[in-house]
Amino acid sequence: MKIHEYQAKKLLATAGVAVPRGVVVRTTDEAAQAFTELAGPIAVVKSQIHAGGRGKGRFKEHPQQAGVVLVRSAAEASDNAARMLGGTLVTKQTGPEGKQVNVLFVEQGLEIARELYLGIVVDREAGGPVLIMSSEGGMEIEEVAAHSPEKILREPIDVDCGLHAYQARNMAFRLGLEGGAVRSAEKFLRQMSRFFLDSDCSMAEINPLVVTKQGEMLALDAKVTFDDNALFRHEAFKELRDLSEENEMEVRAGNTGLSFVKLDGNIGCLVNGAGLAMSTMDLIKLHGGEPANFLDVGGGANVDQVTEAFRILLADKHVRAVLVNIFGGIMKCDTIVEALLTAYEKVGFDVPLVVRLEGTNVEKAREMLAASGRDIIGATDLTDAAKKVVATLSG
Amino acid sequence: MSILADRNTKVICQGITGKAGLFHSQKCREYGTQMVGGVTPGKGGGTVDGFPIFNTVAEAVDKTGANATLIFVPPPFCGDAILEAEAAGIPLIIAITEGTPVLDMVRVHKKLLHSRSRLIGPNCPGIITPGQAKIGIMPGYIHKPGTVGLMSRSGTLTYEAVWQLTNLGLGQSTCVGLGGDPIVGTSFIDCLQMFQDDPGTEAILMMGEIGGNAEEKAAAFIRDYVSKPVAAFIAGRTAPPGRRMGHAGAIISGGSGTATEKVAALEAAGVVVAESPADMGTAMQRAIARRKR
Repeated sequence: MKIHEYQAKKLLATAGVAVPRGVVVRTTDEAAQAFTELAGPIAVVKSQIHAGGRGKGRFKEHPQQAGVVLVRSAAEASDNAARMLGGTLVTKQTGPEGKQVNVLFVEQGLEIARELYLGIVVDREAGGPVLIMSSEGGMEIEEVAAHSPEKILREPIDVDCGLHAYQARNMAFRLGLEGGAVRSAEKFLRQMSRFFLDSDCSMAEINPLVVTKQGEMLALDAKVTFDDNALFRHEAFKELRDLSEENEMEVRAGNTGLSFVKLDGNIGCLVNGAGLAMSTMDLIKLHGGEPANFLDVGGGANVDQVTEAFRILLADKHVRAVLVNIFGGIMKCDTIVEALLTAYEKVGFDVPLVVRLEGTNVEKAREMLAASGRDIIGATDLTDAAKKVVATLSG
Repeated sequence: MSILADRNTKVICQGITGKAGLFHSQKCREYGTQMVGGVTPGKGGGTVDGFPIFNTVAEAVDKTGANATLIFVPPPFCGDAILEAEAAGIPLIIAITEGTPVLDMVRVHKKLLHSRSRLIGPNCPGIITPGQAKIGIMPGYIHKPGTVGLMSRSGTLTYEAVWQLTNLGLGQSTCVGLGGDPIVGTSFIDCLQMFQDDPGTEAILMMGEIGGNAEEKAAAFIRDYVSKPVAAFIAGRTAPPGRRMGHAGAIISGGSGTATEKVAALEAAGVVVAESPADMGTAMQRAIARRKR
């Protein structure tokens, strides 16, 4: 689960990680008031969306307006807020459709001496979380990795003890920090690592991480993603979810316990298992079709969940044919067929349906399909299924 | 011959009184696996469909002589279940559970580094040595005893590959589902080593996925240490790159983990890579034929 910058910073501050002072605003008046409240010569007005590249991003409605701006007066804060609130911000990460900005974060301006990069991820190789830092703050870390990999520094984080003090100091010295900044960094990095572990994050990124002229390390930006599987331990995080940032169909699928990703094609797919789902999409493309989605019903889904999966598929107006590919293991083929027949009854199929079944309880499932008398195109294997579903579109 | 499990393996199920745990324990028993009991804390002393139930794994091991466990407990308790099995000294731990918090697995991983227990999974279909032992959720009938060793990060894609092999007359020595989670107990490399050392395995088929760099590392290992013919398939070749909030995930793995990179690494190591998921069995045939020339 992703959260907004302002939400992340509030959590960080509570966890003892230094962040600039800031105010959340939803109107132009609040923006002006926030500037006055922060009482500095400058402030920064930042669009709150779940995507990076906001500073370079521009609004569809106001092509000159950036997603993050520096302002010098309350009036300027209010004027910018007027163009930003309710507008659609397009950045490198939002795609051309952009994202609507409903909330702004107004933050105090800082006297910045250094801009650094900080990321924490769970590394498959190391088998645990790793702190990644670079002296090239503000830059995209992938570019840094490609051009100057020697600038990328790593320290493993012990899952029980967190980042040790010496590790934090080593990192600070390797980044060329001196004096008070080293002490500030030691505290910052250890608290940040602690936050990552205590909150069950799957990723945290501070870019840029700044050191002020006064030698204090602060998080100028904050992107935090929580491990969905651990949310049961963090009841309070649930209210931080912003559904307007998510695809409606994906939310609906998620609520049903299904893994769904909307794509641009017209062949709806319902498959069990992520690997088989991806392979089914590969095969559809290989035979000249375009998948409308990735939909993994998983192993433990019941008839109601699978019926809902069919509803979600059929609700997509672009879907002109549906391919069901099930290789039953923990998922039983007859469960799929029962759901399919329920969906037929309650939702109705007005597009061709190709079904390929194999695995647990397949015989029973095939009998149920045959007995139903429904107009379903059977397929014997993967290739046969992909060919048949693509063929229904050219007919 | 086989790896990890055979007809002498004695298996308990952790979470045997749950719906999935019981159903699959029954299926494993029908297949011929020695399912000797199960564990559900608080229900010890009873039985379910002829399986004796114990309160703890240690007690189950003591009473049944079990040397493998199949875990079906819900995700919040999966890490704990693995640690309990390890503490009871079970050499082979197979965790089917999907959705375990990743930091729980980090703690398990740390513990297992200094343990004699081997973990397969979590979020995996389990393992099967056809004709001898099925310890997992895979449909038994698609398998056939033989000499191809199979390993995969994906569950149902493994069944697909097995089915293709069986239909081509290529039986399997052992099929291992490694699991789809970021942190799993057994890697492609661990598995390659076991297959290379197993006299009953003559060829190896691996199914990878986009993301991470496990396939690239496997390719390097194959080049240096594996003399048996290897074929592979990478799922997700046409998947659109996902939008991410940050970039730290890709960078740590030292590459972007694209299908193209993985295929290139494998081919450079002499692996026959299947073009399409319908071609996994025939890719194995080609790899075997090439080695025989």
